[in-house]
Amino acid sequence: MAEPMPRPGSVEELPGELLMWVLIVSELLVFGAGLAAFLGVRITDPSGFAEAQDHLHRTAAALNTVVLVTSGFLAARALHLREAGRRAASRLHLGGAMALGVVFLWIKGIEYADKAAQGIGFETHPFFMFYYLLTGFHAAHVAAGILILGLVAVWDEAHHIKVAGAFWHMVDLMWVLLFPVVYLLA
Amino acid sequence: MKYQTQKIALAYFAVAMALFAVQVLGGLLAGWVYVAPNTLSEILPFNIIRMLHTNSLIVWLLCGFFGAAYFLIPEEAEREIHSPMLAYLQLIILVVGTLGVVLTYVFNLFEGNWLLGKEGREFIEQPRWVKAGIVVAALMFLYNVTMTVLKGKKTAITNILLLGLWGLALLFLFSFYNPGNLSLDKQYWWYIVHLWVEGVWELIMASILAYLMLKLTGVDREVVEKWLYVIVAAALFSGILGTGHHYYWIGTPGYWQWIGSIFSSLEVVPFFAMMAFAFVMVWKGRRDHPNKAALLWSLGCATLAFFGAGVWGFLHTLHGVNFYTHGTQITAAHGHLAFFGAYVSLNLAIFTYAMPVLLGRDPYNQVLNMASFWLMSGGMAFMTFVLTFAGTVQTHLQRVNGEYYMDVQDQLAVFYWMRFGAGVAFVIGALLFIYAIWVPRREVISTDAGQPAE
Repeated sequence: MAEPMPRPGSVEELPGELLMWVLIVSELLVFGAGLAAFLGVRITDPSGFAEAQDHLHRTAAALNTVVLVTSGFLAARALHLREAGRRAASRLHLGGAMALGVVFLWIKGIEYADKAAQGIGFETHPFFMFYYLLTGFHAAHVAAGILILGLVAVWDEAHHIKVAGAFWHMVDLMWVLLFPVVYLLA
Repeated sequence: MKYQTQKIALAYFAVAMALFAVQVLGGLLAGWVYVAPNTLSEILPFNIIRMLHTNSLIVWLLCGFFGAAYFLIPEEAEREIHSPMLAYLQLIILVVGTLGVVLTYVFNLFEGNWLLGKEGREFIEQPRWVKAGIVVAALMFLYNVTMTVLKGKKTAITNILLLGLWGLALLFLFSFYNPGNLSLDKQYWWYIVHLWVEGVWELIMASILAYLMLKLTGVDREVVEKWLYVIVAAALFSGILGTGHHYYWIGTPGYWQWIGSIFSSLEVVPFFAMMAFAFVMVWKGRRDHPNKAALLWSLGCATLAFFGAGVWGFLHTLHGVNFYTHGTQITAAHGHLAFFGAYVSLNLAIFTYAMPVLLGRDPYNQVLNMASFWLMSGGMAFMTFVLTFAGTVQTHLQRVNGEYYMDVQDQLAVFYWMRFGAGVAFVIGALLFIYAIWVPRREVISTDAGQPAE
């Protein structure tokens, strides 16, 4: 065997890039703390939070969940295709994943515009402050993820796609946690 | 010493240590004013003493960083510094600027003058001409070290160090922007103050610490670099948006309370990582370096930075807590231990390591140097504790019971007396350190067990 096996439990066992995992853990800590703070403040005003939540567009958010998870699937497929040497198909899948990311942002944009039209802003209610903070942070990560997927579609080594995919799945995961807590929890 | 131009560091370290002496004596005087408030009140008012205490700190730390860069970059890049002449000219500009600040403030020269007069924004009080001088000096420095690195070998240590130093210089440019709106003023002011000490300075700290670990423990460069990258990532991730913990009560929107609380809670992570890094390296390391004092300072730096910056910072960073503790002696406790742990100890560590190399001596006065470590660290730890107690009492009396500020100050006198005592111990330690570094004596710790102790 040319390469020595990594010690079990060592950081060398992580797929992709150590720094990406540091980033992922950091991001999850921040989102977790944000969601915990949201739930904590919610205890102080359950009826106000429930009333505010009714202003959200649950169908659009559910649709966005499907969009983002499908996008994650395409990104995962892209890695397998690249590892099988099918570069063009891999790039096509990355492009699809990016396009669905754009669709997500577009739907999110409609939601934001709708809120703005109703005169709802950061200061309207603590619920909306958390809503804008959490979904806004998430949307910023979607935008960053689209950029990263674009970069690895150009420089398409399998290793790069794996690292970008890890980031993209984290963005997925955040949304899957955020959606029920912010939109659905009654 | 492998490269002749490393000698530049000697001049920087000398200026740094002289200003260190000025800083701690100024601190002692300020501590005395706390217990005897009328001391020098006409000749040298407290706000001027405080300005001298904080500004001399910043300038000597910067001189230490510059010196450390001139010392370690030739070794890392494996070539001489691009232009030693520029490096000395840079130091002259910094010294002239520092004297300019002191004279302008002590004698209140050119009051109200746009270019020459006092500016009066905490920590960036320098008159405009001095600020311009600092920028020129910084540009000369960056040009000099960047050219050296670009032509030489690039290592993770020099890359991170340069990133930190470039960030430091660029962020200082915000000191020229002084909006009339006080909220905006503070918002930009923190771009310098916060993004220095909880952003780019951490990169400088991590890279210098990595260099020291590399030299003192002999652990593989690859391992050191991996740690370095993780520490830097954690520092930037938490530190940049951690700025929000200064935006709780200055008129910025309410969401900063959550952004600040969440991100700045994570600021403890890089400091913990630096402490873990230092200890793991020492345990893994096989090299038995004769400069024990440098190792003690390095480990002490990482540990005290974790407590001072990490733990004491977290203590009052959540906005629910900070609502009560803001601007009390809790802040002073945190400020003292954080600066001493993270940046003072770091500089003293690199001085302790580099000075024998620069002077071509064996590491003399190890015991004296280590004694100074314990005196300074013990004094600073005691000061931190008494100020924390003072701040807790102050928070309760003033913010909960609603008593008047000066009435509360009277009741805190016993803590201020103890703080002065801690300050005396610290100043003795600091002077001992300077003596141990500069004055040669024939006393070296032998690592050879067969040799009788001297």
